Amino acid sequence: MAEQPKVSVAGSAYKIDGKAHEIQPNQPIRREDGKLCGVTNPRQMTYIHSYGGEAPFFEGVAEGKLLATRCDNDKCAFKGTVHLPFRIYCPDCLRKANIIDVTDLARKTAKIHSYIVTSRTGAFNTLDIPIRFVDIEIEGIATILKSYLLVGEPEIGMRVVPIFRTKEPTYTITDLAFAKEGTKENELPEGFSF
Amino acid sequence: MIKFSKQQLKVPKFMRPVYLVTGGNSQFARAFPEKRTEELAIDAFTMAAELIGKTPAELKEYIHTCYYGHFADHFGDQLLGESVIHDRLGLDPLGNIGVKTGGATGGSTIWEAAKAVASGYSDCTLAIGWERMDEVPTDEGNHLISCAADKDWETPLGHIYTGYYATMAQRYWQIFGKSEDSFRKTMAEIAVKNHGYARWNPFAQAPMDITVEDVLNSPVVAHPLLALDCCLMSVGAACVIVADEKTAYELCDNPLRLYITAGSHTLRVADRRDMDIPLLPNESEDLYKDLGERFPGGDRYPGFSGFLAARMSAWYAYRMAGVKDPSEDLDLVELHDAFTISDIQTYEDIGIRPYGEGRDYVESGDCYHTNPNTGKPGKLPANLSGGLIGCMHAVGATGIMQVVECILHIWQRHAEVHGDEKLWKSFGKEKPGDWQDVQVRDAKRALAISHAGVGSHVTCTIVMHPDHLLKED
Repeated sequence: MAEQPKVSVAGSAYKIDGKAHEIQPNQPIRREDGKLCGVTNPRQMTYIHSYGGEAPFFEGVAEGKLLATRCDNDKCAFKGTVHLPFRIYCPDCLRKANIIDVTDLARKTAKIHSYIVTSRTGAFNTLDIPIRFVDIEIEGIATILKSYLLVGEPEIGMRVVPIFRTKEPTYTITDLAFAKEGTKENELPEGFSF
Repeated sequence: MIKFSKQQLKVPKFMRPVYLVTGGNSQFARAFPEKRTEELAIDAFTMAAELIGKTPAELKEYIHTCYYGHFADHFGDQLLGESVIHDRLGLDPLGNIGVKTGGATGGSTIWEAAKAVASGYSDCTLAIGWERMDEVPTDEGNHLISCAADKDWETPLGHIYTGYYATMAQRYWQIFGKSEDSFRKTMAEIAVKNHGYARWNPFAQAPMDITVEDVLNSPVVAHPLLALDCCLMSVGAACVIVADEKTAYELCDNPLRLYITAGSHTLRVADRRDMDIPLLPNESEDLYKDLGERFPGGDRYPGFSGFLAARMSAWYAYRMAGVKDPSEDLDLVELHDAFTISDIQTYEDIGIRPYGEGRDYVESGDCYHTNPNTGKPGKLPANLSGGLIGCMHAVGATGIMQVVECILHIWQRHAEVHGDEKLWKSFGKEKPGDWQDVQVRDAKRALAISHAGVGSHVTCTIVMHPDHLLKED
């Protein structure tokens, strides 16, 4: 497998340093009697993806902050609605929403709306199994954030607190997780902190 | 809170009557190592032609535009797969377009084909859907399906769509099912029923003669969902032909009236905000005033326990087609039983039972061909094809296969097709010695729900015998 490429932005273009794809030899697929049915098409490639206006959220998580957005447009029928997942624009009036820090609010009020524990994953999964999927209610936030629980056994209504992978973050949503209320720092998985 | 404007609640209306002329299926299976997708598409199209006594070439002469339902390009590693099928069906240079709405792709394809006829743009359209889900192993397939969730906020969490959906099931299970063993058993009965009906369906992928205990003993996928609660992953194709009245009667003696609508809701379950329940014609204002008291935690609508997209598709469809009460006005339904519990949720979303009481549709025996409690015909049989659990879920074809089933029932030709020994043999199967005819006697009206994932898109198709309409045009 080729070494991963490094991608950066230079001006208004991506600069790719290294090889972003690798072709691998294909193989025939045959029936038991030896007749040809098809071929395999193995390959490795790298997608380049922009977070756009959501980048502050993912940067924030890596720094231990939970950011949401709030519509402050006086003319919006739903002014004051707070969204998490973070929305760049208010879905009602389509004006730019303001970023707000809800880390403390989540620490004080987050609880489990629903959950599931599963050992089934898809290819490319990076989470340890079983995964404890949780959906999180936070007071004053109109939506219910999907995440995963790393400390505790989930129950509907259980109080939880956000935890953040601030050491070697991946800058993906997996850097944010939750732990049961009262969890001690030394009970957190490697790399995570409050 | 979602609030509707008057314009958004316009009852849909076709500019002229739209008819279903015929339809067809390929065989459905987990894999077809020796068949290309176009071979399956041609199988489905040929069946549609032969059901009305035409050759494929004769039927093609009537088609003016083509709608292709194919959800996941990733699976087949072929962008513009629609163009491949269009070319192989020999329909160039007619206009064609691909339709993709996740699990609702089949229904959405018919929705588009119907509107082209309703507007007068075309007099006859083809709606054909397929999915090729065998070109990657199952765990890679699960990853590809998870790409239909939000790629930044959900997909990295396990790359497993079931994980995003199943928390909805958990919430329904605890709030409305009250975590009762009896509710768990009712869920299992749906799996037994649908795998059982698949035994009489030559197209079906997973016929099984199983018991409630077999379901309850199947491996845990994500509590409370067990392996036998879940739908299949399939390969196959299905099609219908849609036409205006004049063309429809030129093509066959017994075309059926078609009504179809669509609804949607947020791609991420996370974004579902609290709102009032849009009421169906058979529901009164005060029906849900004590829902939160009867089911503590159940008063957030649609929350995680209802599918607003399904509710809205039915809201539009019932008013469009004149349905006052689905249990009274319809003779059978084909529902999107992706999971046994989502099947129950859908009974409520489309008004077969009120919210919170979906389980009664199974426990009363109403959902069976023959009510096991009374030995009499079920009031509103569901998924006699075997549904997604027993027959197939070849995503782009699923919503179309359901409508093919509806056509065969209303034509009273279900047994003719499903009981055809030559058809069983052509699929390399033996017709079961105890094969049962599950034709719904005197069926005049049927409904099909085509549903995407956590409920981002849903279509509601209503098929009626033209002599038994519920509303004047």
